[in-house]
Amino acid sequence: MRSMGLRLAVVTSLILAACGQASTPVAPTTAGTTAEQPKPGGILTFVVNAEPPSFDAHRETTFAVLHPASPHYSLLYKYDPNDLTKITTDVAAAMPEVSADKLTWTIKLRTDVKFHDGALMTSEDVLATYNKIIFPPQGVVSARQGAYAAVDGIQAPSKDTVVFKLKYPSASFMSNLASPWNWIYSAARLKEDIKYYEKKVDGTGPFTFVNYTKGSVWEGKKNPDYFQKDRPYLDGYKAFFITDATAEVNAIKGKQAMIEFRGFTPQQRDDLSRALPNDLAIQEAPWICVNYIVPNAKRKPFDNPDVRRALTLAIDRWTIGDALSKITIVKDVGGLMRPKGPFAMPDADLVKVAGFSKDGKAAKDQAKALLTKAGVPTLTFKLLNRNLQTPYEPIAVALINEWKAVGITVTQDVKESSPYLADLAAGNFDVGLDFNCDFLDEPDLQLAKFYSASKLGKGLNRAGYDDTKLDSMIDAQSRETDAAKRKAMVGDIERYAMDEMAYQYPAPWWFRIIPYNNAVRGWKIGSNHYTNQDLTTVWLAQK
Amino acid sequence: MLPTLLGVAILTFVVMRLVPGDIVELRYAGGSVAPEVIARERHQLGLDKPIAAQFADWMGGVVTLDFGTSLWTNRPVVEEVQIRFGLSLELALLATILAVALAVPLGVIAAVRQDTWVDYAIRIFSIGGLAMPSFWIGILTILALLTLFHWSPPLEFAPIWKDPVANLAQLIWPAIAVGYRYSAVSMRMTRSSVLEVLREDYIRTARAKGASERLVVVRHALRNSLLPVVTVISLEFAFLIGGLVVTEQVFNLNGLGHLLVDAVAHRDYTLIQALVLIMAMIFVVINFLVDMLYVVLDPRVRYA
Repeated sequence: MRSMGLRLAVVTSLILAACGQASTPVAPTTAGTTAEQPKPGGILTFVVNAEPPSFDAHRETTFAVLHPASPHYSLLYKYDPNDLTKITTDVAAAMPEVSADKLTWTIKLRTDVKFHDGALMTSEDVLATYNKIIFPPQGVVSARQGAYAAVDGIQAPSKDTVVFKLKYPSASFMSNLASPWNWIYSAARLKEDIKYYEKKVDGTGPFTFVNYTKGSVWEGKKNPDYFQKDRPYLDGYKAFFITDATAEVNAIKGKQAMIEFRGFTPQQRDDLSRALPNDLAIQEAPWICVNYIVPNAKRKPFDNPDVRRALTLAIDRWTIGDALSKITIVKDVGGLMRPKGPFAMPDADLVKVAGFSKDGKAAKDQAKALLTKAGVPTLTFKLLNRNLQTPYEPIAVALINEWKAVGITVTQDVKESSPYLADLAAGNFDVGLDFNCDFLDEPDLQLAKFYSASKLGKGLNRAGYDDTKLDSMIDAQSRETDAAKRKAMVGDIERYAMDEMAYQYPAPWWFRIIPYNNAVRGWKIGSNHYTNQDLTTVWLAQK
Repeated sequence: MLPTLLGVAILTFVVMRLVPGDIVELRYAGGSVAPEVIARERHQLGLDKPIAAQFADWMGGVVTLDFGTSLWTNRPVVEEVQIRFGLSLELALLATILAVALAVPLGVIAAVRQDTWVDYAIRIFSIGGLAMPSFWIGILTILALLTLFHWSPPLEFAPIWKDPVANLAQLIWPAIAVGYRYSAVSMRMTRSSVLEVLREDYIRTARAKGASERLVVVRHALRNSLLPVVTVISLEFAFLIGGLVVTEQVFNLNGLGHLLVDAVAHRDYTLIQALVLIMAMIFVVINFLVDMLYVVLDPRVRYA
């Protein structure tokens, strides 16, 4: 225990020292912000820091599938590359026609879309695609099937029309139609082999598949039959798989790769800007990724809301968010919805929630009082954490430091990903650091972990509680189609889940930093690393 | 040979099952995936079968040289290994060539010039190689290339028969980093072995017969001192084929070591088991070849 304390002290002082260091001032810049005429040609090279387990986006959950393979596919709708908060058409000819009762969604399709094998895309293909996603046959895994619980059935009344019938109005249905995971597959290919797309590629996207060397590179080349006649600008692209963080930075420094689309740490950004002072552009944005602090409600004393509330009250998120932003990929303080996002609780309201006050000392005094009231003034527990340096470990050290200030002694139980996930799933922890990443600001996605652990939250809610009141609140916001009312309902959920019951609560949210070779133009950062990856708008400036 | 491989197979299989974690949980980490989907996937991969049944299934395949399918990628393990084997083998060969080219002459010179400045210089050089880990030398090499030439090795592997320049541009740097340490081990062994042989009676006899010093060293001393050197070189070579885990990460090389690390991280049981077994086979085969080489180098082994 002594040596653990010493280690923590050393690590904490390292963090504080790092916070005190003056890092190279780097102003985020965007290459080609002025209206430039896109130039055709060139091969984009980029890094992907993980490898796709299969090629099928319907079954996988990792961005490592989307980054190399999205350029081969189209979606029904997608997030507008020029304004990533808006949805625009992809193979759909127009936005959907929605019936007055909001239960029938009719979508007209383009009639000039071809698969890479030359076959014309029709409503049969969209129907087969969405049937595979929403009603997968036996033996087929669909990772996001649950997101379409509102869908009753899909029909293809004509070659250029698909109709979605819903059981109840769904506020998130439009966003889910623009999900970056819902690549349009060929009905004929799926009929030939429902698992065809796990190992092969045949899409309607702007780039055709050339080659994939496992562990090394994925290549695509311009699709001459792409339905947007003036796109894509690039002749092709190469995605290099590099899992070592230093090797990733070196690849960009050595100009072997131009960009990595997921994100770098502040130190890596500064390192690159020193190495490439005239060749680097930087884009930064708040990220829809967050680590949740999860007290195990099935273990004493964390079954006591006072103890859980004391844990969140002890954390001065505004201070640690600022400090951590200098050394890792977290920054902004927010509730259950992404800070600065469309559903974010205004700061004026947020500071009234336990753990979000700007008066850190008063909150810590309150935490101490609650711990004394609960009979555990000198609480001791283990914090289950993942052995990832970015951002898990620095976040944990900062939290432990905050808890120490109210008399709580915490030992960090750092585990490799596999046993860490196994322990989280089995409830084998006192307090755990869970995580969540989504492709859009959508309460249905971000609140999925808050459903009762034995009901809809099964396998997602690691805190282990059951709360029918919270379930009803989440269901109600999901069916509310008035945006303002829904936002208010989400606020109520946040206050209830993070403060009144203090079930689980976020650390400062992640912050996305993309330093890249400024020859890359036409790519805009979004608040997630899943959308805007089809490279339709990307072009290379001649240098 | 067979009991060794069977032992390796059982040990790897059992140890992997004892390590906590689950490939399916890992695959769907962070996603809103229903527990039913996870259970269905586990069933499809056969992970819900009793351990003995899983072992029997796997061994049944191995005896027919079917190493199974990667649980992570659902591709044949042989295919996964095949892609990386060429790079790992070439890197091991390059490093060995560099190491032998440095180690044998320098080791002999150090022995012949024992306790002179030449010997001290060579010993410092070799101790440096032993003291510095290969991956660290690799990091320094890359930093030097980036700082001095604003250049880093290519990211894509090109087979040497297709594009020798691109191939060497990628592999020469890790070969130097690994070869330096490898040469240091071999150099120390060559020096001590040659020193030992130089004190033998038959060397004195050769000199007394008036044989030139070059002939004494090359024909009589070096050949007879090669047995331990060959053993060290061959075992290092076998290790290099699958053991360059960190160096492969530093240089982003798509080799067997990298593959093994990924397989362990993903809890890809079939791939780990196959890789360990293949590496064990390589060790066993190389050991066998070295035993054969002993006969060529020292006829007394054959007579014994």
